[in-house]
Amino acid sequence: MKYLPLVLLALAWEAIVQLGLVSRDVLPSLSDVLKAGWILLREGDLWKNAGASLYRGGAGLALAIVFGAVLGILMAWWRWMDAFMGPLVEALYPMPKSALIPVTVLWLGFGDGSKILLIFLGCMLPVTIGAYNGARSCEQALVWSARSLGASRLAVLWDVVLPSALPELATGIRTALALTFVLLVSSELIVARAGLGYLIGFLGEGGVYDAMFAVVLVVAFLGFFADRLYQRLVGRLLAWRA
Amino acid sequence: MAAASAAQITVEGVSHTYRPARGRAVLALDEVSLAIAPREFVALLGPSGCGKSTLLYLVGGFLPVEKGAIRIEGAPVAGPGPDRGIVFQHFALFPWKTVKANVRYGLEKLGVAREEQERRAQAYIELVGLKGFEESYPSQLSGGMKQRAALARTLAVDPKMLLMDEPFGALDAQTRSLMQSELYAIWQRTPKTVIFVTHDVQEAVRLAQRVLVMSARPGRIKAKVNIQLDRADPHIYRSPAFAEKVDEIWDLVRDEALKAQ
Repeated sequence: MKYLPLVLLALAWEAIVQLGLVSRDVLPSLSDVLKAGWILLREGDLWKNAGASLYRGGAGLALAIVFGAVLGILMAWWRWMDAFMGPLVEALYPMPKSALIPVTVLWLGFGDGSKILLIFLGCMLPVTIGAYNGARSCEQALVWSARSLGASRLAVLWDVVLPSALPELATGIRTALALTFVLLVSSELIVARAGLGYLIGFLGEGGVYDAMFAVVLVVAFLGFFADRLYQRLVGRLLAWRA
Repeated sequence: MAAASAAQITVEGVSHTYRPARGRAVLALDEVSLAIAPREFVALLGPSGCGKSTLLYLVGGFLPVEKGAIRIEGAPVAGPGPDRGIVFQHFALFPWKTVKANVRYGLEKLGVAREEQERRAQAYIELVGLKGFEESYPSQLSGGMKQRAALARTLAVDPKMLLMDEPFGALDAQTRSLMQSELYAIWQRTPKTVIFVTHDVQEAVRLAQRVLVMSARPGRIKAKVNIQLDRADPHIYRSPAFAEKVDEIWDLVRDEALKAQ
């Protein structure tokens, strides 16, 4: 049983609260949290806000994957593209992405648009770097083989360079996936009228701590679940690596 | 030797300089000239770093000709093409494609009809003895099987010329010997012009009609040796004539190999 430590942690949580070792104002008991979560679920608050968050996260990440992969592969393929974009990517990569929250709000307001833009901008570079490194590692002999079998230069990009880049691209996307949750929740906490981050902030300010903890758990579970699902998908897609 | 006018591949005064991003430029080939007749099997023999692979890549159109001229049937080389199939030492199979999909790739690019692709791919897979492994990925195959698959992929588009870059150099001795016999048998059935790059003297004598011995860097053609042996003989290695040729060529190569150390 791989997740036994998790079960033990849950039991310990319940126990220290029930035994009065910590105040319920600081940490509500797990059973109270689950009860509050059930109510949120039944009354639809959880669905509504989770839906808003998943839409923003999904749209932002999808844009980041498409644009990031294209940019990374083009940078690896054309030297002038690398010369022009390389320094930009290098300079922007280490920037804390959450610093963009006020900027995107300024541009697109409090709704979905600013979150999607934030996630797109924040998640694009890890994807770009994965695609770039992957495409750079493409073997010369594979490209030459394809060319001598009648493939045009453009066909080689699609047939050889892109599949060669897939393993490292997949790693970049995994980083982007984790980053999506970070940016999503923090931006919703700060400025939003819907979403799981918004719900956490709203419940916290109202002092409804058991419900707040329930939403925190939901976010943690969603992040975990998305990563597992992604790993499984990648495992199937890259089965040829053996 | 074939007259230049009848040659399929002509190389005239070709020099090539490697310019690495860091470090100084290296003259890899110096004024190399040669002519190869249609359906001739030629071995390019020389120590490592003598530029024999470079010469092959220039003929393949993978590297630009900087000085001199290379002509294929009279026309200057302008990039790679399916008339010149290539086989690399490390196979260069597409790892994300099955054996069948690898062999079909060139046929797809040439716009061959789907059923015909299927039929020809299957025929070449059987020719190289890979029946039963059509749906395997390269990572599931041994080195010898990978090279068979790569050979099938190249042969499937029916190139007139076969450029082989130390194709058996990564295989163990037994597999290598087996593959040499099979390559010879295939060449007899579907005669193609072959340029076979190797640093193995025995392999060159075993397979080629003509061995071009190259000098250590910068690469020049040092000697051209004609081989007249019964290559269909499975015991060719034991014949005195074979040993004599190997000795003769070893003497030519030895000095160069020492220089290349």
